Amino acid sequence: MSTATPPKPLRFDLQIIASWIPAGSTVLDLGCGDGELLEYLREHKRVAGTGIELREERVARAIQRGLPVLQGDIGAELADYPDGAFDTVILSQTLQQVYQPAELIRELLRVGRRGIVSFPNFSHWSVRAQLLVTGYAPKNAQLPYEWYNTPNIRVITLRDFRKFMRELGVPVLREVAIVSHARDRRGRVIHRLTDLRATYGIFMIGR
Amino acid sequence: MSEYSDHDARGVSVGLVEKRFFTFAQPPETLCLESGGRLGPVTVAYETCGTLSPAADNAVLICHALSGDSHVAGTYRADDPKPGWWDLMVGPGKGIDTGRYFVICANVIGSCMGSTGPGSPDPATGRPFGLNFPLVTIGDMVKAQKVLVEHLGIQRLLAVVGGSVGGMQVLEWSVRYPAMVRAAIPLATTCRHSALAIAFNEVSRQAIMADPDWRGGAYYEGPRPDHGLAVARMIGHITYLSDEALRQKFGRRLQDKEAFSFNFDADFQVESYLRYQGKKFVERFDANAFLYITKAADYFDLAQSHGDGSLVAAFAKARARFLVVAFTSDWLYPTYQSRELVTALKKNRRDVSFCEIEADWGHDAFLLPNPRLTDLLKGFLHRVHSDPA
Repeated sequence: MSTATPPKPLRFDLQIIASWIPAGSTVLDLGCGDGELLEYLREHKRVAGTGIELREERVARAIQRGLPVLQGDIGAELADYPDGAFDTVILSQTLQQVYQPAELIRELLRVGRRGIVSFPNFSHWSVRAQLLVTGYAPKNAQLPYEWYNTPNIRVITLRDFRKFMRELGVPVLREVAIVSHARDRRGRVIHRLTDLRATYGIFMIGR
Repeated sequence: MSEYSDHDARGVSVGLVEKRFFTFAQPPETLCLESGGRLGPVTVAYETCGTLSPAADNAVLICHALSGDSHVAGTYRADDPKPGWWDLMVGPGKGIDTGRYFVICANVIGSCMGSTGPGSPDPATGRPFGLNFPLVTIGDMVKAQKVLVEHLGIQRLLAVVGGSVGGMQVLEWSVRYPAMVRAAIPLATTCRHSALAIAFNEVSRQAIMADPDWRGGAYYEGPRPDHGLAVARMIGHITYLSDEALRQKFGRRLQDKEAFSFNFDADFQVESYLRYQGKKFVERFDANAFLYITKAADYFDLAQSHGDGSLVAAFAKARARFLVVAFTSDWLYPTYQSRELVTALKKNRRDVSFCEIEADWGHDAFLLPNPRLTDLLKGFLHRVHSDPA
């Protein structure tokens, strides 16, 4: 039951996302986990945030932090909200696990005026090299599973996502490529050869 | 709900508590009921624990379920064998921390545990009301609680908490007196009974009314319809558990015997358990009160009474923050019924949290030791309390 500032700094990708959220605005965090980002936004930016999370223990931890969080499936839960219910809807490191990404992106931008989407970059050099050299389905720190037990049913590259947005007619408002590891609180933004070097892409999309 | 009131394993308790009585609607005044009937004077039995803050901003009202009473925690005497029904949750440092909050629990009207009900004397005749007692609704119960809360000098409740039929009262509070409720915590409940829930209640009522000793409810001067009430309680107990809970608890084990008796004695443990629960219940509960409260629960329909049939419209009036909790094995008020509440609250952009707790124990799970539920309530209440009103 912590209401104070989290002792550890925010995970690096979440720091970037947090920096894009206007103070005093409203946020819906899809797949919010135990509410790390929402708590940070509440404490530092007076953001009224709501989270959706499937797993009971994470939901419970977030509620214990005093955050409004709903246990449920993100697609089903989004459908209940009226249009424009939130300033920003966040989909952090979850897109690669979604069955119907196009529907989800449309719903996300119906409920939120803007969306922030992040995902592990499947065109990272290590992924490419593994497939080329070993012939096995690639695994790395961001995508640590075997092909048969991975929840990450979609492989997405930065280029793929940009193309996907063009096809959906959704404008990309901001884009950042970062190098950080899944559990790492440190990381850095990169600007050159991002398709090859980024471990994650973070995109802000609009209507 | 069942009775689980065991002492806290760590021995932590609010200590001694006292049942008090508050009477209002004295002549010429009466309490107007939803049915159009009038009741007066009205007595409400209640208990409190903890200390009301000088600003009167730390009061938590706990609403009990069908067969509960005002005795939520602590004991009446130092040597009481059993504490209040939610002693596990209510006390110093517990989920509802009496070190921080002033806890109030009132017996519902229509009951038999100290508040005015069908067993109380009818002022017109001086004899027990019986079926002359007017039908009371969940709304009427909440109206009476509101009079009590104001009498205690509280303008706004920090939270209203309750499970099952108590959860219905929580929902009713949130839309009937929205300005008085900062947080609402409905547990294992529903905004209206399903046909299944009504069906079980009806069978229970029929068991009572078919008992020859019931005599149209006018039994107070003779033998009581104990058998009917015991059967009603047995039916209730089945609905409070679950297939899994019954299997774990009893299976097909026999009670004190190696082989079937080949007669109609209680052979199976589950039979013996139900008979025991029924027998225990008739010692403390009034059959007519059971009829009245189950009917109130069946009539309860938040959408109908506050939103012209729309739950979304009903919750438009609510101002509280909500924490809705369901339990996976609750087949009396299954999770989808809690989700209906959550959906309607979301459509109103209310601040709502929802958690479905994995539990094998069926509807009764909210009364059993459950660290997850304890932590949820503790964290949620703490946040509401520390935020500016």
